Amino acid sequence: MVKMFPRIHACGDSALSVELCDTIDEAVSERVIALAQNLADAPVNGVEELVPTYRSLMVFYDPETVRGHSLAMTLRLRLDALVVGANHVRRFHVPVVYGGTMGMDLQELADMKDLTVSQLIELHSSAEYRVFMIGFAPGFAYLGGLPEILHTPRLATPRQRIEASAIGIGGKQASINSVPGPSGWRFLGRTPLRLFDPARAEPFLLKAGDRVTFRPVSEDEAETLDRAIAAGRMTGEAVPQ
Amino acid sequence: MSFIDIRQIGPMTTVQDLGRKGLQHAGVSGSGPMDAPSFRIANALVGNDPMCAGLEFAGVGGSFTVSRPVRFAVTGGDVDIRLDGIRAHPWESYDLLSGVTLTIGALRECVWGYLAISGGIDVAPVLGSRSTHLRSGLGGHHGRRLQAGDRLPIGDAVSSINLALGQPWRRSGRPIRVVCGPQDDYFAEDVRQTFLEMAFIVSPTRDRMAQVLDGPPIRAVGGHDIVSDGTCPGSIQVPSSNKLFVLMAERQTAGGYPKIATVASVDLPRLAQVATGRTVRFARISQWQAEELLIAERQALRSVLANLVAKPASNDRPGEISQ
Repeated sequence: MVKMFPRIHACGDSALSVELCDTIDEAVSERVIALAQNLADAPVNGVEELVPTYRSLMVFYDPETVRGHSLAMTLRLRLDALVVGANHVRRFHVPVVYGGTMGMDLQELADMKDLTVSQLIELHSSAEYRVFMIGFAPGFAYLGGLPEILHTPRLATPRQRIEASAIGIGGKQASINSVPGPSGWRFLGRTPLRLFDPARAEPFLLKAGDRVTFRPVSEDEAETLDRAIAAGRMTGEAVPQ
Repeated sequence: MSFIDIRQIGPMTTVQDLGRKGLQHAGVSGSGPMDAPSFRIANALVGNDPMCAGLEFAGVGGSFTVSRPVRFAVTGGDVDIRLDGIRAHPWESYDLLSGVTLTIGALRECVWGYLAISGGIDVAPVLGSRSTHLRSGLGGHHGRRLQAGDRLPIGDAVSSINLALGQPWRRSGRPIRVVCGPQDDYFAEDVRQTFLEMAFIVSPTRDRMAQVLDGPPIRAVGGHDIVSDGTCPGSIQVPSSNKLFVLMAERQTAGGYPKIATVASVDLPRLAQVATGRTVRFARISQWQAEELLIAERQALRSVLANLVAKPASNDRPGEISQ
């Protein structure tokens, strides 16, 4: 199947999917985010929501204000003229306590990969990850950039409940759980950070395009961070550029 | 503060308003009612602002009392309603006095019912909405289904009279209309034909997130795994089980299965209301036609809401209450 991109698909009567590619590609992701930014900066009448994903931008619209076929033409023009500039990149260090009850797969994963636990931690925490998209659950970040040796298939049977703030690996992706729920990913530890807190002024810590690195911390340091976060003194470890 | 007390409750009752807007990019599902027009009519019948929250129940209602007199209306479909044992009717509003028990029985030939109370259910909004999102435990009453013994705050009501529909709110009995795509090219031509020609059975696997349809296998030649992209209400996902998953109000915002088609917005509440075990068929329409249908339905709903009529003060219909 040879496909020509970009393609704009109808998704029913109130959404269009602007598809730039059908694989995972950082340059494509940059373009998706740039198109969303372009539409946020210069809004098109009738466009209600923009949902960037790995390879496409979902554009929700109100057909009483703009019809899909006309919106698709506008989006093509925007895409043709789109300049992907050097956007300001937000960087986050995410402290992680490796192992423990929320890192139940750490030892097994190290054994599977023929690594020591400390080698595995070194690999996981030395890479820089990119937030490709937020989706699936509130604030859930899909992170690309996992070292290839750590790519691991999901469990055949998902576990019924994984806590928020668990640090996971699924296929080629890494993640930080944002809400408790079932998951078939493998888990290495936990972070004191909260990716999603509806009571916070900024409920979502990360957005598509952000960069993340993991920083190993001791249980003691994590408890100090837990208290600071519970008291609302910090929400994340942003690194200024 | 005034309250509604839940004495008995069906297994699937939640607080809902019109849902969350503008946060899908952050993974937050819209949630909101499964049958939004029925929900809007219930609110209008008790004089509420459209943004007020009410209760959505699946299958069977429950019994309720209130701590101050309110108006209430039940919509969604035909259902047995009693006020201390005296019969009342859906699709019109009544007074519910404190000390009187409102009992809502089982819905007939539909799935989702709505109870609106004048003043609305006044739980705290979360991310701009009072809607419950069960999967992430957000909003509503502690993010969960209601249980017997729950006590929910109700807001201040504007003074209003009891109302009924001045014109009928009808839904077509035609096939469920769909716009093909966005991944219909993952399916061979004969499979796409099967999808549009054969009947599918509404399976018991249904919740606010998705409705599963059993039927002929719908196999994707392009494979059943795609790089995750956005979903919308009515997306018909086809995982490798070959069954159809129609994404509903509480859907996840992104997914990794190919989507053969999207249910037209006008027909999504109708699909939600098809009883388990019944069959549905799909009919293909264009995006333009689906938009036309949605615009026409919104106009029809606005007309219904603008033409509610006052109920006579003394009610002489047999079996009805008079207060």
